Amino acid sequence: MTSYLIKGAKPLGGGPADVLITDGRIAAIGDSLSATGAEVIEAGGLIALPGLVDLHTHLREPGREDAETVETGSRAAALGGFTAVHAMANTDPVADTAGVVEQVWRLGGQAGLVDVVPVGAVTVGLAGERLAELGAMADSAARVRVFSDDGHCVSDPALMRRALEYVKAFDGVVAQHAEEPRLTAGAQMHEGDRSARLGLTGWPAAAEEAIIARDVLLAGHVGARLHVCHVSTAGSVELLRWAKSRGVQVTAEVTPHHLLLTDACAESYDPVFKVNPPLRTDEDVAALRRGLADGTIDAVATDHAPHAVEDKESEWAQARPGMLGLEQALAVVVETMVETGLLDWQGVADRMSMRPAAIGRLAGHGRPLAPGEPANLLLLDPAARVTVDPAALASRSRNSPYAGRELPGRVVATFLRGTPTVLDGKAVR
Amino acid sequence: MARSTEPARSPSSGSNPGVLLSAADVARVVDRMAHQLIERYARGGGVGDDGAIDPGSADGGLSDLVLVGIPTRGAPLARRLAARIEAFTGTHVDVGTADITLYRDDLRRRGVRALEPTILPDAGIDDRLVVLVDDVLFSGRSVRAALDALRDLGRPRSVQLAVLVDRGHRELPIRADFVGKNVPTSRSQQVRVHLTETDGADEVLVTDGRPEVRAAGEESQ
Amino acid sequence: MKRHLLESADLDRADATLVLDTAAQIDQALAGREVKKLPTLRGRTVVNLFYEDSTRTRISFELAAKRLSADVINFSAKGSSVSKGESLKDTALTLEAMGSDAIVVRHGASGAPHRLANWVRGSVVNAGDGTHEHPTQALLDAYTIRRRLGRLAGVRVAIVGDVLHSRVARSNVWLLHTLGAEVTVVAPPTLLPVGVGTWPVEVSYDLDAVLPKADVVMMLRVQGERMNASYFPSAREYSRRYGLDGRRMAALGDEAIVMHPGPMNRGMEIAAEVADSVRSTIVEQVGNGVSVRMAVLYLLLGGRSE
Repeated sequence: MTSYLIKGAKPLGGGPADVLITDGRIAAIGDSLSATGAEVIEAGGLIALPGLVDLHTHLREPGREDAETVETGSRAAALGGFTAVHAMANTDPVADTAGVVEQVWRLGGQAGLVDVVPVGAVTVGLAGERLAELGAMADSAARVRVFSDDGHCVSDPALMRRALEYVKAFDGVVAQHAEEPRLTAGAQMHEGDRSARLGLTGWPAAAEEAIIARDVLLAGHVGARLHVCHVSTAGSVELLRWAKSRGVQVTAEVTPHHLLLTDACAESYDPVFKVNPPLRTDEDVAALRRGLADGTIDAVATDHAPHAVEDKESEWAQARPGMLGLEQALAVVVETMVETGLLDWQGVADRMSMRPAAIGRLAGHGRPLAPGEPANLLLLDPAARVTVDPAALASRSRNSPYAGRELPGRVVATFLRGTPTVLDGKAVR
Repeated sequence: MARSTEPARSPSSGSNPGVLLSAADVARVVDRMAHQLIERYARGGGVGDDGAIDPGSADGGLSDLVLVGIPTRGAPLARRLAARIEAFTGTHVDVGTADITLYRDDLRRRGVRALEPTILPDAGIDDRLVVLVDDVLFSGRSVRAALDALRDLGRPRSVQLAVLVDRGHRELPIRADFVGKNVPTSRSQQVRVHLTETDGADEVLVTDGRPEVRAAGEESQ
Repeated sequence: MKRHLLESADLDRADATLVLDTAAQIDQALAGREVKKLPTLRGRTVVNLFYEDSTRTRISFELAAKRLSADVINFSAKGSSVSKGESLKDTALTLEAMGSDAIVVRHGASGAPHRLANWVRGSVVNAGDGTHEHPTQALLDAYTIRRRLGRLAGVRVAIVGDVLHSRVARSNVWLLHTLGAEVTVVAPPTLLPVGVGTWPVEVSYDLDAVLPKADVVMMLRVQGERMNASYFPSAREYSRRYGLDGRRMAALGDEAIVMHPGPMNRGMEIAAEVADSVRSTIVEQVGNGVSVRMAVLYLLLGGRSE
């Protein structure tokens, strides 16, 4: 196995140091390291971060391989600096059996660009009626620990309670897509001033907050872990803060797009900005940033949702919700959190690698940059500014909400267990 | 046959090179045209050298006459001509306006503009003697559009054309029956008629070359 | 004027006034004429692309285009390639390839005309999109008010009914505001959008309190089905609280007029005696619609081609 000597990178934004990678692990970190036979990577000015972990990725395979495959999604992830992604269960067939999660897990291994960690469905067929075989998925080769009906809310409170309780047996967690469906029938965008004017049916903040309030009470009652997907409102942040102060085992994620974009984007009626939960207001964006900064929100998760052209090049109401996120996630966090002074690089590593790995119970990811640890890491050029060109993305789909936008930072290299998946800003394969 | 009583004069021969007709000139030309209309339409009458009307002739054909102005500046011109005819003869002459915007064949090139009123006398124009009135005769396309508009508005016994200025460069087989002033121009020159009703003063200007900025609502012909 | 008419906000005060003035001149030019046709748009092609049935709006646009001598193609989504799954974009590109200069579009999805405008070079006229806007309806309403009352600035207009789902209400709110009218929206709170507080209007839940001060009462169509979604308890209760009947009409000022975009639910939001009264402009609105749409087509299509 090739050894790599990274010269002059700044681990977590600190002072320059050399990092020696041997046999898939970090062998040494220090000044003026040398190693015979190691490939040298000049990394002056680059920041070294632990490989990113995404709790929320849609890879679309099996079922919609025209929109994304495990391989193309893995490549997009590697280019974004990720070394592990959780693949959501809303595939076709739904990942609600050990067979499907093992298939996804194996495809991830074949692609070999990131660790693909399947998420299991909570209920059979995402139908919200009866529990899927959660234990079988947990015991499978895929070792599923995160369960979610994402795309659908587990809205039945009794079923949600049972799911929260049941996964305790194997240290699992239910990741809830918080959306009270009776309040969002036909909803198209955030309900507020802009929806009133645009004539698009509103998705009220209360539909998210009502479920979060209910679920933190349930999780507290049964002593189970709860994870809240894609938190999008200021009210949700308040509820999470309250629940955490009461000792509830709740964690939460926020997407890059909810940290950057608002419902003003809907004024174009361009469905590339249609997403669920919807883009919210400036006040919500500010609250989400503060919540992520103070740790109320634990993690950034992309909700990378590729869609084929015909599913987006349509009327707003007919378009499918969702947007790409893997390749620009770190850049958006740099823009919204680092350049604003809300997070330092240690904080970025915590919210994008350590904490999501802990939530997903991933042993080899989210580790410190230290000798002996698995060499999962990325090198970022913080001075670069890149204008997003959807045609240049590795994803099979083009529905990036950042098209034409200039964002800071560029991932120069990504290492997965000591093997580069990205070098010179290009995927190795 | 076009009748012009004023000899053609080069625009540059005046004291102010841009001014073709002063306010006094405009008034004189309008008076002369009114006399020509009376001479043509007043049955059995005649006009003396001093412009005085034979008192016995101030009726007849003039009551069938309708002066239809082409907006913008043909409309006040028609009203002025009617007022002068009435002053000279004591006979009321009907006036109307026919906006030709919706009949133009050059909308694609010229762009849209606000429409102006189309107003006909209560008695209409059927079987009457219509004289179209415009400020400048140039390509003839406005007149063609006006003739199309008239066709939709009624069926006059005859249609003639009166213009304050004929600057040449016809693109259609159209000529004026009454011309206030013939002005030889080059195609690139601009002839602008200003009238008190629309522009605050009476004058006719000739400018060279392309206009830099055209004032809103102002039309160059 | 912009190239498209997608929503009332596309018109500033000068543009909106130009449309109304042009419609008035067209009305005057055509009044009493046997030949009601003008050659203005000879050789231009206007496509009526209707994804929802709306006979009255389609006929109004068709008549307007034909009176300006445009060629008119009616493309109904039913029984066409659209019903076989063709996308809006493919349909638009097909129509453009056939040489359409303007597309008049009615669609059930809010914003569909905006999408269309991104895909075609010609003009797009919104003939009603979802619960968003119906700008030519607002223009004809403004035109009708101006003809009846002689002005728009300072006119007090009450818009009554299902504002939440009404594209007519949205277009009127913004256009009438642009033109200086004072608008009050009147509805049960369930039928007002969250966020109505940011609109340039007064909001009232009490029709009887608003009527004596109104110069114009614009009644919106209320669909009985709304009661199934609990927007109101019953059609009877809605009618009692927000319907315009003879008793309420008597509370109006002497000059006040009653409008309705049609089609009406007689007995629901408007009583027959009101709809048929001298205050009612309902039939007049239909006639004015043709003139206003002629003006819009002329102003959008008559201009320089790019």
